[in-house]
This record gives sequence, structure tokens and C-alpha cells, in this order.
Amino acid sequence: MKYIDEFRDGKLARRIAAAIAAEARPDRRYALMEFCGGHTHAISRYGIEDLLPPAVRMIHGPGCPVCVLPIGRVDNAIAIARQPGVILCTYGDLLRVPGSKRVSLLKAKAAGADVRMVYSAADSLRIAQDNPDRQVVFFAIGFETTTPPTALVIRQAKAAELGNFSVFCNHVLTPAAITNILESPEVRELGTVPLDGFIGPAHVSTVIGSRPYEFFAEEYQKPVVIAGFEPLDVLQAILMLVRQLNEGRFEVENEFSRAVTRDGNRKAQALVADVFELRRIFEWRGLGMVPYSALAIKEEFAPWDAERRFEVETASVPDAKACECGAILRGLKKPADCRLFGTACTPESPMGSCMVSAEGACAAYWTYGRFRQVS
Amino acid sequence: MCLALPARVLTLLPDDLAVVELGGVSKEISVALVEEVVVGDYVIVHVGYALSKVDPAEAEKTLALFAEMSEAAQ
Ligand code: SF4
Repeated sequence: MKYIDEFRDGKLARRIAAAIAAEARPDRRYALMEFCGGHTHAISRYGIEDLLPPAVRMIHGPGCPVCVLPIGRVDNAIAIARQPGVILCTYGDLLRVPGSKRVSLLKAKAAGADVRMVYSAADSLRIAQDNPDRQVVFFAIGFETTTPPTALVIRQAKAAELGNFSVFCNHVLTPAAITNILESPEVRELGTVPLDGFIGPAHVSTVIGSRPYEFFAEEYQKPVVIAGFEPLDVLQAILMLVRQLNEGRFEVENEFSRAVTRDGNRKAQALVADVFELRRIFEWRGLGMVPYSALAIKEEFAPWDAERRFEVETASVPDAKACECGAILRGLKKPADCRLFGTACTPESPMGSCMVSAEGACAAYWTYGRFRQVS
Repeated sequence: MCLALPARVLTLLPDDLAVVELGGVSKEISVALVEEVVVGDYVIVHVGYALSKVDPAEAEKTLALFAEMSEAAQ
């Protein structure tokens, strides 16, 4: 497949890995965080960590939207789904996320709630049009990649004056999370792994562009390389970060220039700005309360806001005691450090959100057998 | 849910919809978020929406860079 196979070439991968090994100095540390769950997945799937010299360490970041959704919001969605006459639509990954008392949307569905898995936001709008006598709610989550489609369906619902459709909005912002990892008070309390550089998200960056990262490079003096999701992309980004660190540079470089520009997708950005506004604060699983890190639906679109329609109030619910998702999402621990990993907690029966989505660090480690290297 | 792949645009349909092909499978998606899509373009598809177009010249450059950067070290 074009633009896929060329970026998975094994021979070239080994050559780039050899270049990394030759250039990384054994006497210094290269602690690199891949922010995005898509990269975590690729790193596990292609065994990229096995190709790196000991001085280069990958730290998995919190960029998996399912993993950072707080339990209180899952509980809210379940409560909405249980209301009479409601159809709750959502992306497949969300169905198994355990809320309070390990109840998930899937369990609520088994108990009679009408919960439907959709592939896209547009599907949920269609379900609303097909079921005029039901209230259809789209449980929307995700970073900057899924936000523009949600904005689009809200605008379409308004244009069609659709009275039985609303969106439960949980969209969050990448730059706010990166800032939080670098400087929140909890980082000082809990300690954090020192980070020397970042691999910037692929698809998030197609929308927001490379410009927002310029601030981090500048302010925190950390290099950022935006990378695609294929194994060669990730390896090349690591090599570019190693070179920047060796040369004492901290710049934003774009390895994924085939899809990412400095300005990003302005049409999508304008749409998002039209429909959403910043929340003053929002809870992230693993990161806690993060200021200005999420979006709410603007007053102008109030009739399509499920939070207003169902008078949603969110409680802050702590994780299962032994679950280490919080520390894993901050890069403090690895999945195998959790004593539930692979025993009480597996993708079939997840205890924490990091085990639910394919981009979660625990699920990626489990699926591709990365835990074996430590056992 | 963040995984997304480049797909080729086969046909453009009304209402900003398009049929794309990926590994022999065709699928209807929305191109409402991307400006000026034409048949033959490769687009990055995510949750049923094209997010951006793939720039063939930039893809070539990146492939060339892989070869060049890994050679410099050998
Ligand atoms: S293995 Fe399960 S319980 Fe442990 S940190 Fe991961 S998701 Fe949480």
C-alpha cells in the first residue's frame, strides 16, 4: 500500500537504528517522550525499543483519549444512556472502559440501555434522523483529530433544526497536556522522569500544525520532532532528536511533512473555533485537574449540548487502588510495574483505562508481548 | 481509535462525501474538513473524515532523508 509499505521497510529500519546507536553517546541520557498513543502502539508493535541503545529511553505519554477520560465522565455517559428513550452513540473503544464499580457502557447495554457503537460522528447524526422519537446522544471524546468532525455534526444538527440530537463533549487539547506534564505541581510532588525531548503527534498535528510546539521548544528548551505513525517515521524522529540533543539544539522539526504543515488544517481549526470554547478546567485521568485543557460547546449551540440537556454533574472518582495508570500516563512507571498487569487486568477484562484502547500503554505492551523482556 | 492510514480518493460524491480505497477495500468517508480534494489524492482518514492530504513531493523527500541520514552514520 502506497505511503505505508515504504515506511515499514525492515532493512532501512535497521540502518536508521544503526545510525542512532552510532550517534547516541553512551555517557548521556536521551529520555524521549512519545506523547501520542498512536506512537506508543507503533513502538510496541514493531519492537522499536529493542532496536535502541541503552542510552535512549522511550517514555510513553498520555496521548490516548480513552486512557485520559476520567471515570466521572464515563459514569455520566452511563447515566445518560440509562435515561428512558435515549440512544447513546460512541466510538467502539469507549464501550469497555470501566466506570465506577467497574460498570462499563457495555454492561449498561447488557442491562438494557440502548448503547450503539458508531464509526464516525456522522453515523450518530444519521441515527438521530432515523429515530425522531428518541433522544440520540453522541458521547464525543478525543484530541484535536476527532474534534473537527464533532463540530461539523453539531453545525449540521443546528442547520437541520434537529431537536433529538445532542453531544456529550469530552474533547481535550494536546498542548495543555504537554504543559501539564512539564510543570504541574503534582510533578513536583510525585516526581517525574526527566524528559529530554518529545516526539510530537502525527494526526493531531495535521490539524493544529507544527506551530503550537514552537512555544515548548522555546520555553522549556526541549526539542520536538513531529513524526508519522509508521516505524521508519518513529526511528527517524528518534535519530533527529538524538542529533538535536547532541548539538544542543531545541527546535521543532517536522518528520511528517508529507501530511503536516506549520499552520495545519485551517478549515478544521475555524470550524472548531466556531462551535467550541475553552473550559476553565477539566479532569484528566492520570493528570488530575488541568486548566484550559478541554472544550465545551458554545452557548449558541446550547440545544445540542447533552451536558445542558441532561444537567450533567461530574464527580471526581479515584482509580482502582492498585491501578498504576496515573503513574504510567505521566511516564513514571511502565505497565509491567503494575501488579494487576496481565493478571487481574487484561484487554478482555480491563481494570484501568490504559488496558482498554489499543493505544493505551498497558494494552500495547500486553498485545505485543513487550512485557516478556522484563519477566 | 487514533490509528489512521492514507487512502486514495476514488470518487467524489455530493455533500462532501467521497469513496476512498485502502488495501483493496473501498469505503465512504467525508472530505468536508479538507480543502480542494480531487480524485487520485491520498488523504489521511480518521474516524470517517479526511484530516489532510498527503503531499507526494514531501513523502519522496522524507524517504530520501531516511537513506541520507542513515548513510551519514555508516
Ligand atoms: S495493568 Fe491495568 S490496572 Fe495496571 S496500570 Fe495498566 S490499566 Fe491500570
